[in-house]
Amino acid sequence: MAIMTIRDAILQTLHAEMERDPNIMLLGEDVVGGNGTAGGPEAIGGIWGTSGGLYAKFGPDRVIDTPISESAIVGAAAGAALAGKRPVAELMFADFVGVSLDQIWNQIAKFRYMFGGKTKCPAVIRLIYGAGMNTAAQHSQSVYAMLTAMPGLKVVLPATPADAKGLLTEALRGDDPVMFFEHKAMYGVKGEVPEGDYRQRFGEARMVREGGDVTIVACGRMVNFSEKAADKLAADGIGCDLIDLRTTSPLDEEAILDSVEATGRLVVVDESPPRCSLAADICALVATKGFTSLKAPPELVTGPHSPIPFARELERAWVPSPQKIEAAVRRVLAR
Amino acid sequence: MQLSRDELLGAYRRMATIRQFEERLHDEIKTGEIAGFTHLYAGQEAVAVGVCDHLTVEDMIVSTHRGHGHCIAKGCDVPGMMQEIFGKAGGLCKGRGGSMHIADLSVGMLGANGIVGGGAPQAVGAALAAKLDGKGRVAIAFSGDGACNQGTTFEAMNMAVVTKAPAIFVFENNHYSEHTGDAYAVGTSKDIASRAEAFGMRAWRANGCDYFDTYETMRELLDYVRAGNGPAAIELDTERFYGHFEGDPQRYRGKGEVDRLRDERDCLKAFRARVGAAKLLDAAELDAIDAEVAALIDASVTEARAAPAPDPATVAEDVYVDYY
Ligand SMILES: Cc1ncc(C[n+]2csc(CCOP(=O)(O)OP(=O)(O)O)c2C)c(N)n1
Repeated sequence: MAIMTIRDAILQTLHAEMERDPNIMLLGEDVVGGNGTAGGPEAIGGIWGTSGGLYAKFGPDRVIDTPISESAIVGAAAGAALAGKRPVAELMFADFVGVSLDQIWNQIAKFRYMFGGKTKCPAVIRLIYGAGMNTAAQHSQSVYAMLTAMPGLKVVLPATPADAKGLLTEALRGDDPVMFFEHKAMYGVKGEVPEGDYRQRFGEARMVREGGDVTIVACGRMVNFSEKAADKLAADGIGCDLIDLRTTSPLDEEAILDSVEATGRLVVVDESPPRCSLAADICALVATKGFTSLKAPPELVTGPHSPIPFARELERAWVPSPQKIEAAVRRVLAR
Repeated sequence: MQLSRDELLGAYRRMATIRQFEERLHDEIKTGEIAGFTHLYAGQEAVAVGVCDHLTVEDMIVSTHRGHGHCIAKGCDVPGMMQEIFGKAGGLCKGRGGSMHIADLSVGMLGANGIVGGGAPQAVGAALAAKLDGKGRVAIAFSGDGACNQGTTFEAMNMAVVTKAPAIFVFENNHYSEHTGDAYAVGTSKDIASRAEAFGMRAWRANGCDYFDTYETMRELLDYVRAGNGPAAIELDTERFYGHFEGDPQRYRGKGEVDRLRDERDCLKAFRARVGAAKLLDAAELDAIDAEVAALIDASVTEARAAPAPDPATVAEDVYVDYY
């Protein structure tokens, strides 16, 4: 197995899948970069470094630099998908979902159902999300909970390079619209990635570790933070089950309920504000389907009910941290 | 030229303040003390100042992610801006907004904006409010060549025409949206103003690297709008001297491009040459302003560096107004 970053896993997967399937096309702002300038196309290959070399290999009909027009970008992906292609649209920051929301929510998410199950809309929207780089309220949000609430969308959040490859491959080969979330502070995370054809099914959570005392449920960057917390707790003899959801829609309910049945204690970690969050959703799941397993009220670790601030000290106070997760585990065990 | 000596000195001071503010930030960012994204405005000073010099605090502007110049031209407190960019509690937005989200409603600066195209509709609303008040106020939306491709901008222009709102669309064409050229991304390349005309409003064009051309053209435009003719637009041909954001390697630029622009299209140099040739101001007076501005910027940075950080316990305050 090769060791690589999440960034490289995504870039290589795009190269491989576009080579395999001529119907895949990529569109977004500056995915080529340099068009219409002295430096020329590919002077910059995507601001996140996840589209380098694609234009040279696949040309302007498949790798399309777009104007700053998110509504048109996502809408074009919807139309291309209905016309038989497999578009991958990049939203440079997940926050820009705001600009394109109608095309996601009222269009892409609903086509199949509204059209009597006769249509498919295999569009992959890549959303770069998350706090940690002091990019403030309009460039730091984790909007996966909001999109998870929309029937018709599959919502995917890789936390490792292997999953970045496996889940993106699955997204590109499936026939449903997929919201593919990439955390902006995780592109440099390294790990082993299986070679060759590698798919990771949706709705299959990853048991990161088994400890038996408490169940921690997390996704995306919060998985890494939870691992750090679990390491600290392990030193004190506290064993955590850590579940990486991988996809929040579909949701692996069984993995969560089975673990809580064994531990009786639940901590959910979610990088969003608390109301109507993923944390609240999972808590509701366990309360309704696993209530009798619980030995203590669950703990939710989220940001506060506020936008995300700019200053370092404030952002640090906003984002769930390994320390906050550790403290939540200790609280849930003390009850 | 109808400008008085004081007006000329004031215009130069504001442009020099923006330039030095940006140049200092360019250096300070290398120290690692400033977090997040910073988009510098240097090169475009003649636009912000040439537009805002016609406005009072009663008039309103909405800005962009590249907002420092607009803030300074509209009268925002410079040390307060510096503290904001350093993420300090004493910043204009208490360190919550940072470079991209500076606002000061008390001077008619309704906000920088991290969302490209987010501002133009807001300018229409502000203009409708101004129309309702009937005091002849106007609202200005600054947009880049990139922002002019957003649906929000199109919708705002049409709505302004339909409602006869005293809204002014100022298109600052610096020829780049991030790393892509207007030659590629703007279908009406080289003529964004014609889009405004297509929506049914009058549009002007001016050299955005020339304070006097910008200022005089804006005077004509504003006379037209303040006379109750509804919205108007202006496209300004301008340049940015730094990267899209600080840290941008600028591989899309031509060899020597920035040096050439700094030689040929620097609005501060052009201003000095013009007032010198017309014997309106002498170099020593302008040098003295440069020195005063340098002292202000220096003091702002020193103060910002020493200022206290926001208290983490306040993170969830200000989400709503407290009534009790
Ligand atoms: C809705 C939205 N899309 C994309 C971005 C990312 N982005 C920030 S600035 C920018 C380019 C803006 O270009 P332009 O309007 O020409 O302004 P300039 O940067 O040249 O001042 C882009 C694409 C954003 N902030 N908001």
